[in-house]
Amino acid sequence: MKLAYWPGCVSRGFTTELHGSMALTAEALGIELVTLDRANCCGAGVIAEHNQELADTLNARTFALAQQTGLSMMNICSTCQGAQSECQERLDADAAYRAHINESLSGEGLEYRKDADGFTNKNFLWLLVEDYGLDELAGKVKRPLSGLRVGPFYGCYVLRPKTRLGYDEHPDRDLYLERVIEVLGGEIVDYDGARRCCGFPVITMNRETSLRQTGTHVGDALDAGADCLVTPCPLCHLNLDMQQPEAAKVVGRDLGLAVLHLPQLVGLALGFEPGQLGMPKHIASTVAVEDRIAALA
Amino acid sequence: MASYTLKVRRYQPEAEEDGRRGAYWETFDVELDPTLSVLDGLLQARDGSDGTLSVRCSCRAAICGSCGMKINGQSTLACKTRIGEAAAEAARISGADASGPLISPPAEKELADGDGAPGPGTESAGNEPIVIEPMGNQPVIKDLVTDMESTHWKKFRRVTPWLLPSGPPPEREHIVPPESMVDVTQSVACIQCGACVSACLSMEADPEFIGPAALAKAYRFVGDPRDGQTTERLYDLANDPHGIYDCTHCFACVDVCPKGVAPMNQIMRLRRLAGHDHDIHDVNNGRNHELGFVKIIERKGTLDESLLLQESYAPGVKGKLLPRAASIKGLLQSIPTAIRGIRTGKMRSLPKLIPGVHPKLPGDAQDHVKAIYDRAEESRIQLNLYVIGEGGEEDQAAEAVEPESVSEEPSAT
Repeated sequence: MKLAYWPGCVSRGFTTELHGSMALTAEALGIELVTLDRANCCGAGVIAEHNQELADTLNARTFALAQQTGLSMMNICSTCQGAQSECQERLDADAAYRAHINESLSGEGLEYRKDADGFTNKNFLWLLVEDYGLDELAGKVKRPLSGLRVGPFYGCYVLRPKTRLGYDEHPDRDLYLERVIEVLGGEIVDYDGARRCCGFPVITMNRETSLRQTGTHVGDALDAGADCLVTPCPLCHLNLDMQQPEAAKVVGRDLGLAVLHLPQLVGLALGFEPGQLGMPKHIASTVAVEDRIAALA
Repeated sequence: MASYTLKVRRYQPEAEEDGRRGAYWETFDVELDPTLSVLDGLLQARDGSDGTLSVRCSCRAAICGSCGMKINGQSTLACKTRIGEAAAEAARISGADASGPLISPPAEKELADGDGAPGPGTESAGNEPIVIEPMGNQPVIKDLVTDMESTHWKKFRRVTPWLLPSGPPPEREHIVPPESMVDVTQSVACIQCGACVSACLSMEADPEFIGPAALAKAYRFVGDPRDGQTTERLYDLANDPHGIYDCTHCFACVDVCPKGVAPMNQIMRLRRLAGHDHDIHDVNNGRNHELGFVKIIERKGTLDESLLLQESYAPGVKGKLLPRAASIKGLLQSIPTAIRGIRTGKMRSLPKLIPGVHPKLPGDAQDHVKAIYDRAEESRIQLNLYVIGEGGEEDQAAEAVEPESVSEEPSAT
């Protein structure tokens, strides 16, 4: 399996352990990634809030760069998925608009084409379940994560709005994390926060609202007996992990729950060590998870 | 005809007054055609089993907006939800349709504590109960009836939902161009059912958030050319700490709205007008954050996170020479996080620590990004799929909307 790969900004910024663990995990799974190193930020909804046409053109450029490789595109960020799907919906809806946008790309020799069966851009989670396959994944597991209690945390941008995010064709996309946890041998933790918002988008605008969301979800997962959370979104990770000590102050309770990126959880089951997957870089201690993994070996 | 089990979250305040438990779960078995609605099922339960089961409803045709509630955890109108489809969804999310893992439906954990409720797992897998709860973010008056006055309507009045024209009234009627009415069509479609308020994840964390329904209605008047208080409205909504910059962009309201109002999209349009068109530098750093983000991508192509943090709180030279007290507080609050990041190695590199060191895109890629900015900032086309229709109608849409005539940012004057 070979894919055009858009790592996003945050996986090479404040969560480099995501980019690193994705590279290791992809190789072990036999997925070849062709990085789109000329591609630009998806805008994370903020550029669309400023100027919709600007966001649409920037993402059309990324899609066109992927189309140049002749490969389907993979991203590793729920926020990229949501922002890019929103722009793709508008680009695909109107031929005249698409032609206008493509004029802006022509200087670089690029063109975004709406193919007969549509341009495919999937995050790692969707790809793993729908294209790679859970049976194939199960065959690669070297160290089943027996007894590891994992709470799924999706991130809004791969859940809503369902009409835009392919739920007509793939209605169970809101259950994939549970399926992956199960295949890796872990235990699913059922708690209220799994499909709620981490609050990150308003961290600089309303810190209290933002941290209360994160603190509540982490606390609920702890109360449900989780050893860790797993998320396919690095922006959720910024709030759930990096801001966790600050969130603890807002909700007035002790927290301290490891938050893994999806490729890290997969990587652990494939036999990689926590250090190789960058887990010591996390703010919320991953020691409890590391101890459990060590006990499995 | 088919049989269904409804698991209803009940609340009987008079029971509480008698010292009995007021809130509990109760199941009702009903029998009806799968194409009929969940509301039909509830009314059958009320008529056949328990006349005290309280539910608000009127038109039964998704017009009056009375029967908002949560069905399988999703806020919606009970009259617009087919009972057969609700049962299938209940089976899907519980894994009883044999394709998914066993995750319990919403509030299953509380079930065991409920008075008179059957224990979990007593239902047969073929008839997974449809879980029905009152709307969220609103106090419950009785069973499925919530107090919309104390949340929804109070917030609705907060945005002054009527026209405030300026100057003397015209001799005859106001002449309004049709396209400016098309622009507000989407927010006019609201039927005040409260489903978006029920689903709002910001309001869960901040009950004072003005919220999706009221802010969508605010856009209806901000976007109306007859209104004379556009700037004042935007200034007010941008500077309220619970206003347009308190929305976390989670799409919950977009997903649940039975009328396609997409309240979050209206909030983003309010931000675009307040920020770009009126250049309102609000106390919540909303405008600073937007400008900082947009400029960083123009210069670097990908996000320089530490520069974004700095520019959100203390933008430009002025922001650094004369920072507001709130800016200093914001920057100080981020220091412990940075120190933790340096300690674990997460932020132990110059581009992550020093704003502006972040590299540009390779080769001439950054120049092409800049060229995209130049053109898009000039034309600023805003394509509204609610108005032109979505994919599948492409030819029609393409005929109707030449690039030059695509509806542009509404005039804000």
